[in-house]
Amino acid sequence: MSISLEEVRHTAKLARLELSEEEMVALQGELNALLGLFSELEAMDLADMEAQSHALSLQNVWSEDIPAAPLERSEALRNSALARAGLFVVPTIIED
Amino acid sequence: MPIARSASELAGDVRSGLISPTEVASAYIERVERFNGLLGAFLWFDPDAALAEARQVESRLARGEDLPLAGVPIAVKDNISTRGIPTTCASRILEGYVPPYDATVVERLRLAGAIVFGKTNLDEFAMGGSTETSAFGPSRNPWDLERSPGGSSGGSAAAVAGLLSPAALGSDTGGSIRMPAALCGIVGFKPTYGRCSRYGLVAFGSSLDQIGPMALTVEDAGRIAAAITGHDPRDGTSLDAPPIQPAFERASLRGKRLALPRELSGEALHPAVRSAFLQALDTLRAEGAEVEEVSLPSVRLAVSMYYILAPAEASSNLARFDGIRFGPREGGAGHVEAVERTRGRLFGHEVKTRIMIGTYVLSAGYYEAYYTKAQQARAILREEFRRVLQRCDAVVSPSVPVPAFRIGELSGDPVALKMLDLCTIPANMGGFCAISIPCGLAEGLPVGLQLLGPPMGDEALLETAHAAERALPPIGLPPLN
Repeated sequence: MSISLEEVRHTAKLARLELSEEEMVALQGELNALLGLFSELEAMDLADMEAQSHALSLQNVWSEDIPAAPLERSEALRNSALARAGLFVVPTIIED
Repeated sequence: MPIARSASELAGDVRSGLISPTEVASAYIERVERFNGLLGAFLWFDPDAALAEARQVESRLARGEDLPLAGVPIAVKDNISTRGIPTTCASRILEGYVPPYDATVVERLRLAGAIVFGKTNLDEFAMGGSTETSAFGPSRNPWDLERSPGGSSGGSAAAVAGLLSPAALGSDTGGSIRMPAALCGIVGFKPTYGRCSRYGLVAFGSSLDQIGPMALTVEDAGRIAAAITGHDPRDGTSLDAPPIQPAFERASLRGKRLALPRELSGEALHPAVRSAFLQALDTLRAEGAEVEEVSLPSVRLAVSMYYILAPAEASSNLARFDGIRFGPREGGAGHVEAVERTRGRLFGHEVKTRIMIGTYVLSAGYYEAYYTKAQQARAILREEFRRVLQRCDAVVSPSVPVPAFRIGELSGDPVALKMLDLCTIPANMGGFCAISIPCGLAEGLPVGLQLLGPPMGDEALLETAHAAERALPPIGLPPLN
């Protein structure tokens, strides 16, 4: 399988990355090199193997709902490039 | 104060009152001021903060507190959160970010009396094997300043090998502790997945990431592991297990069965690495270890599996970097445009490549062909190792197929650089514990020997590594001075 420039553009949109034309061309080459490497997996007989998302057989971990002191609001907002009146400020999402 | 000493010796001398924590800190501060310009090991270093922590340890000792790591400076990789101290992941997208909380491992280091000794350089978001993808410039190898220390914990490895800090923390997703430890001639230990809390570690591949110590000796690595591991309710994947407590006094190679995979000992290796490794194996045999050749056929596919699964997890984990809650923000007409611009301009090329490949393999139409297949292959790889580890104590191989390469040598060939993770990736895939110890020199550069053990076999692995370290001739210190 190989990836077209159009697919690179679409994937960048899904990944929320603004890329220049030159970057997209460079990425197309690099992604195709990786996909070339991945083709060795196609040769494996995996039909009845269960997919494993984790190395451990984990169970859901539950915790008691115990009230505790949360992070101060001012602390949580301190690292934002733009915060006002105790809130994160973002560009307009819905136009009126 | 003589500087070439292990963390264990330092802690012993501090505890018995022979030297004070401020004397120790001052000696290493002098080293950092002298050599960090050459090595690029630290991204953040504040001598006053280190001395203030040293004074606190002094008063705790005066109050009679029992501190196993009393006064030991430990450098921390800059993807581990430190309250009030910048944490950048070597990325411009986190420039100026100051975490409001400490990672569990940082809390536990301080509890044990260690001093948080600066933040070390890494490949951006730990994505790379050379520290060259750092947005703030590469780190350099103390054995040869023209060469890379490896990565991604290259700053931590350079700091320890260059004696700028007696020990450091790294993080390991596909070999990022063990690979730079091997190339810099130090010890690097990745615990069993789940034994060390990931709370406060900036997530890369959540099913693979694990924090661990980088140090001059196996004993030091064990001592630091004892301090930082153990169950943490703040990490849902933390195992309900006690801290790792090796008993080094019972360490021996006699009767230890070491599995030598054909796939990791043949032509995949640089000839000088191969001969140093085989010579080290002879030494281990002479000390009573039994080496059995085995085959782990899926190993040759490990790099492919990893470069599907780790980027898939990363593409999701790195979605949080949008310029809203932390880091700088690039302007845009609307919300989506501002997010796309911030990410497009402030992530470096390697990070963007991994986010793109991860997004692609998870996208409709390709999920089954890549992601599911890699997960199935992961299960097969793990099973192959598990079977071998049922009758052997550890799997032995070189840690890295080559000695340290020149800075820039591999940056034009991203696939070649990724192939260097061949020996280290399987431990992350299966959640195994693994350690790299120095075992010799190849063309004057350090070679690492890796021992890989079963899940929860951390104590036995450290003990075997300690016995191996004692048997092997020391490689000495780098020429840096």
